[in-house]
Amino acid sequence: MRFTLRIWRQRDRDDTGAMVSYPVDHVSPDMSFLEMLDVLNEELVRRGEEPVAFDHDCREGICGACGMMINGMAHGPQRATTACQLSMRHFADGDTITVEPWRARPFGVIKDLVVDRSAFDRIIASGGYVSVPAGSAPDAHALPVSTSSAEASFEAAVCIGCGACVAACPNGSAMLFTAAKATHLGLLPQGQPERYVRAAEMVRTHDELGFGGCTSMGECTAVCPKSIPLDVISRLNRDLLHGQP
Amino acid sequence: MLKTDKTFYVDGLSIADGKAPSGPIESRWGRRESEVRLVSPANKRRLTVIVVGTGLAGSSAAATLAELGYRVVSFCYQDSPRRAHSIAAQGGINAAKNYRNDGDSVWRLCHDTVKGGDFRSRESNVYRLAEISSRIIDHCVAQGVPFAREYGGLLDTRSFGGAQVSRTFYARGQTGQQLLLGAYQAMAKQIGAGKVRQYPRTEMLDLIVVDGRARGVVTRDLVTGEVITYLADAVVLATGGYGNVFHLSTNAKGCNATAIWRAHRRGALFANPCYTQIHPTCIPVSNDHQCKLTLMSESLRNDGRVWVPTRARDPRSPDRIPEGERDYFLERTYPRFGNLVPRDIASRAVKRVCDSGRGVGPGGRGVYLDFADALDRLGRASIQAKYGNLFQMYQRITGDDPCCVPMRIYPAVHYTMGGLWVDYDLHSTIPGLFVIGEANFSDHGANRLGASALMQGLADGYFVLPNTIGDYLADAPFEEVDLDHPAVTATESEVRGRIAALLAVDGDRTVEEFHRELGQLMWDHCGMERTDRGLRSALARIPALREEYWQRVKVPSGGRRFNQELEKAGRVADFLELAELMCVDALHRTESCGSHFRTESQTDDGEARRDDTNFGYVAAWEYAGVGRPPVLHREELGFSYFEPTQRSYQ
Ligand SMILES: Cc1cc2nc3c(=O)[nH]c(=O)nc-3n(C[C@H](O)[C@H](O)[C@H](O)COP(=O)(O)OP(=O)(O)OC[C@H]3O[C@@H](n4cnc5c(N)ncnc54)[C@H](O)[C@@H]3O)c2cc1C
Ligand code: SF4
Ligand code: FES
Repeated sequence: MRFTLRIWRQRDRDDTGAMVSYPVDHVSPDMSFLEMLDVLNEELVRRGEEPVAFDHDCREGICGACGMMINGMAHGPQRATTACQLSMRHFADGDTITVEPWRARPFGVIKDLVVDRSAFDRIIASGGYVSVPAGSAPDAHALPVSTSSAEASFEAAVCIGCGACVAACPNGSAMLFTAAKATHLGLLPQGQPERYVRAAEMVRTHDELGFGGCTSMGECTAVCPKSIPLDVISRLNRDLLHGQP
Repeated sequence: MLKTDKTFYVDGLSIADGKAPSGPIESRWGRRESEVRLVSPANKRRLTVIVVGTGLAGSSAAATLAELGYRVVSFCYQDSPRRAHSIAAQGGINAAKNYRNDGDSVWRLCHDTVKGGDFRSRESNVYRLAEISSRIIDHCVAQGVPFAREYGGLLDTRSFGGAQVSRTFYARGQTGQQLLLGAYQAMAKQIGAGKVRQYPRTEMLDLIVVDGRARGVVTRDLVTGEVITYLADAVVLATGGYGNVFHLSTNAKGCNATAIWRAHRRGALFANPCYTQIHPTCIPVSNDHQCKLTLMSESLRNDGRVWVPTRARDPRSPDRIPEGERDYFLERTYPRFGNLVPRDIASRAVKRVCDSGRGVGPGGRGVYLDFADALDRLGRASIQAKYGNLFQMYQRITGDDPCCVPMRIYPAVHYTMGGLWVDYDLHSTIPGLFVIGEANFSDHGANRLGASALMQGLADGYFVLPNTIGDYLADAPFEEVDLDHPAVTATESEVRGRIAALLAVDGDRTVEEFHRELGQLMWDHCGMERTDRGLRSALARIPALREEYWQRVKVPSGGRRFNQELEKAGRVADFLELAELMCVDALHRTESCGSHFRTESQTDDGEARRDDTNFGYVAAWEYAGVGRPPVLHREELGFSYFEPTQRSYQ
């Protein structure tokens, strides 16, 4: 297969950046989208040109490092699939494919497709945990958890922190990410003591960092590679209300 | 039998674990815990500990050290600590809870792990690990890790290879992710409280040793390219395994040996580098540009049956092959453990049937892992609930649905049992340098059992290191060191020199080309089967490849900016040195044990034949210079509780 890639190139934070076109040849349908970028990069390095920078690590959809807008869609056209798991068989031979970084105010572009997502770590640091120092826990069977709570909690806990939800949201909101954590912990008995403080603190940090508000557009859940359901946000909102004095 | 080949290495003095506890095995860890010297809370606040790595080992250690009151500085090369490769662990974590009442105990978990490691680990260490395992589950549950549960609300478990009890706790196929998020969140709390300073996108490039003590690290800020030194009272390495020396592995793209290799060059002994685990169930290679392999969790062998056609090169699709013409070779050869034999044994069995022409799929490099029976027995919904995300992952990569077509799997490099040598306190041979998680060599001997790496990483980070490091720090404060200290400036300029040298080559081959060539060489000669001849040919080739690297590698210019090719170039340069040590270790160990299979040393039915008389030791290597024969220090292993026997799973 062969493709024309239109890729956002930006040298560093201060550069204005521009789209640049590259032809790529000899792509096999078994390759992943990132393997195709690898092929392009090796070619660029050989020619003495600057390779395209992009974040990636596990290449199996779990670390959350990869992420880019592919033809205007976060992680590309395949539902519930990260860019590293997207296989080229979903594109037609000869296609032109546009590749851009996440765009959102709190995610500055570092270079090309690489953005700064450290804001997510700050949201978690402001409350996304259960306070339990090592060595202080009771026996694991002291607190049974119903399978339904455990399952629903798990569903929210699988968020990989990729940032696609923010990139897809017209308001640049990170509510799906924030609510996923609040729901994961809020549905378990272990998470109860800090439940309302957690929700309030994380949302306060979320707002301070410049993420937008949620107006229930649902773009986030549509692109989320882990299919985090939209109703985690209503759950977070209920916790916020409940926590108000 | 030819015991040694002195041209490849030099014999050194034997070493011993100076902290090895004595007395009844059940009370050793308790004794050590109560004997380690304590650091007063006031002093802890004044002491800084660097923790490099934020996987299960690093995050849990950073969080716990901060909870105890130390000042902690943490690094990782990813853009967030939550992305360390522990996140990718799928199957589960062992613990001797015996919630199932199926006869499990600390003793049995220890026995299985020592035996699984083919009697090449320390029984005291393994016993401690088994003892702590229970508390890990308690702690993780308290943190909110959503483990799988039974309808009554209690924790569910499953079986893993090398065990006849059900002691593996899991969170669907994402156990590593959930455990890591627990540790990451615990660390995040401490970051929020200002007790941990965390630097993402920062790579450790060297260790600072002042007057024989580890006192800091030299790093490169991967965004700005700046070389920055951080000083501390002790340094902990939790930088994971070095499986990427093989290029293709189940590790993440960034996994590297740089931190431990640089520490090795500064004097830390490297133990058992040739013990690398090849995991039997991975998705086979599909294209030439593939840069990584995907694991299909061992837990699948609970319900999947491994088979090949009885006839070589059988062209029929699997559904056309009748029962009588299928060879369930693991069940046939190992009736007692069946599909759940340990990894080293399963991998070799798969390789053997493929070598005999009975493999399936492209190039005959694959065997079937078939869920048809389990689907009949348990129904589709129940199988989906257990393995849903693994099936999805498989289907995304191959386009096939494992509920309709049997999976095709083949072995791939997965884990490294070798690593920096540490004593019972997890202290390396450089005072003040501690090593935890996959980066050390400690508990798995020559082969790791499934679901025991997560257990070890968390045992090290939550429970062992935070206690034992106090015994060292009780002597602090050490000599005042600042950034102008000659040892600091010398190390910094070496790091800068190396970066400049890589950029200066400006050759005509990419880093990736070299990495691929090295990987193939290691897979062919230091992989699932090793021979005297093969290892010698690798040892002849590696130095030449390394020399070529420094003459022909092409790295885009710019040390003082974001430069991913430069990052990779430094890592591959280190792999080119480490690979040689792995081959030396594999060549010197003329016995077979666990994952280390020397063709010359096998039993009549093709199993690994150990040689306890000559090789019942840990091989701890001392660095002597690039391309110079390393020095071998032997640590003899003694067993008072678990009599070494020839391993049998038949
Ligand atoms: C696909 C897969 C599945 C697995 N499944 C299981 C399982 O089910 N059960 C089980 O018990 N084990 C499993 N394992 C093994 C287990 O996951 C690992 O051994 C374990 O998680 C390693 O943890 P760690 O903390 O030692 O290292 P890692 O999690 O690899 O963390 C390494 C850390 O070091 C940092 N780092 C590395 N080099 C540098 C440097 N030079 N400078 C700065 N930072 C650096 C990285 O940024 C990272 O934060 C699996 C492994 C893989 C690959
Ligand atoms: S909620 Fe979904 S899209 Fe958002 S960070 Fe988590 S996994 Fe990514
Ligand atoms: S590279 Fe890890 S999720 Fe894509």
